[in-house]
Amino acid sequence: MDSPFKSVPVKSSEITPKHVYLSRRDFIKAAGVIAGSMALAACLPSQEGAPQAPETDSAADPAIAEKTDELGDPVNSFKDITNYNNYYEFTTDKQGVAKLSQNFKTSPWDVEVGGLVKNPAKFGVEDLIKKYQPEERIYRLRCVEAWSMVIPWVGFPLSKLLNEVEPTSDAKYVSFETIFAPDDMPGQKEPWYPWPYREGLRLDEAMHDLTILATGLYGGELPPQSGGGIRLVVPWKYGFKSIKAIVKIELTAEEPVSLWKAIQPSEYGFYANVNPNVDHPRWSQATERRIGEIARRPTLTFNGYAEQVAGLYEGMDLKINY
Amino acid sequence: MKKRFTPLQLLVHLAGWIPLAVLLFDLLTDSLTANPIQAIEQRAGYTALVFLALSLACTPLAFLGWKELTQRRKALGNYGFLYAALHVTVFIAVDYGFNLEAILRDVGTKQYILIGATAFLLLIPLAVTSFNYWMKRLGKNWKRLHRLVYLIAPLVVLHFFMARKGNLLNLTGDVFQPLLFAVIIGALLLLRLGPVKSALTRLRTRLLPPV
Repeated sequence: MDSPFKSVPVKSSEITPKHVYLSRRDFIKAAGVIAGSMALAACLPSQEGAPQAPETDSAADPAIAEKTDELGDPVNSFKDITNYNNYYEFTTDKQGVAKLSQNFKTSPWDVEVGGLVKNPAKFGVEDLIKKYQPEERIYRLRCVEAWSMVIPWVGFPLSKLLNEVEPTSDAKYVSFETIFAPDDMPGQKEPWYPWPYREGLRLDEAMHDLTILATGLYGGELPPQSGGGIRLVVPWKYGFKSIKAIVKIELTAEEPVSLWKAIQPSEYGFYANVNPNVDHPRWSQATERRIGEIARRPTLTFNGYAEQVAGLYEGMDLKINY
Repeated sequence: MKKRFTPLQLLVHLAGWIPLAVLLFDLLTDSLTANPIQAIEQRAGYTALVFLALSLACTPLAFLGWKELTQRRKALGNYGFLYAALHVTVFIAVDYGFNLEAILRDVGTKQYILIGATAFLLLIPLAVTSFNYWMKRLGKNWKRLHRLVYLIAPLVVLHFFMARKGNLLNLTGDVFQPLLFAVIIGALLLLRLGPVKSALTRLRTRLLPPV
């Protein structure tokens, strides 16, 4: 399918396989450690406390910053994407997530896929990357708080994984669950939320080619604050649907109850499609601020992906199914 | 001859301007997140709420013996208004770029904005009449007018509650901070009620020598 959301095509032969550049990175890291210990052996105490920039401080491929989405809008900077995060498992302070999550271990990472499937299994993200060859997908992300970004994800269609486990004919929905690790995620110690985070999709939404599991960002790994080890990205829905740090995927017959819906069902519907015509009681959805811009811009129906996804909701009243 | 500043007075004025200085510093050093407009709105609003709570704390604390606070109350209230005005100005001028149509639509359809706007409109006459001239001119009515703050404060807390992602009714979600302010401001308002006040008077006369 020739879809307009994909960025400039790159031949798969030209892409460095992830395990190759990862091992290259490990090599550089190891070289750094050796060089560092040699320096220490040479009694240079000043080296000891020298700040080492965390890997997440710069994009793996800075050239991606020049790219645009299919509507011609530039991608947001790596710094903005990785320092402005709604990730209540760490903190409600968007700027604070990066620091609090910097030691969160995202590799190795396992995802359990089960429920109404013929072949339930546990998958290592490294294996999924080798098997499904993630590609770059430049998507708009529209937060329910009325701000948005353009993000160059690296990921593969969720349908590939679902086809492998083979949903049974009873399976109607897919539910996702974030890791529950309160010792590493301080926000999960807060008693005000029904942790762990849960989200769900209808099976046809989950099988849609736009729906991806992301394993990378800006040509590199997926940093912890962006949802690493592995996260969902559903670009035509409000950002909270795109659940992070997934450890469990389950096929179900019943509509899953997401965390936000459990808290406030009148505000966070199951579908949560970006829709300027269906008003959220709290935030105006008619306009949004693109991060990096001053003036608000009009919000697009289905976040600009109407052509690809409107068919999923034919005959449904989107004011009721919000 | 002018009176010299008391230490408490100095502290109040410092506390009043420091948040603005820090905000400007953060703005100039690009430390206001990737979404600085929203960050300014939120920080200004939060600071306004803190000063509102501080100004409401003066009367009960003065009643318990710290008399000078009654003279500092007005300045604290005015700083509250300063930050509320900054909050509203940024909302109208920068966030919505004076787009009156969009502003009215959101004030009309978003309850929390309507509640915040009401609170701010009610705050304006209090700020305007904060000068001594008006205090003298309005006489008894000045005090009556300024009792509006007992209505404004709960409105502001409600506005704060509703601006966060949480549920007021089952107390889930991002509710801790708003709840904290609800408890503090609720307590400060309760302390003004007749029966509570007389109970406190009895307690004070029992514990402390008569003033």
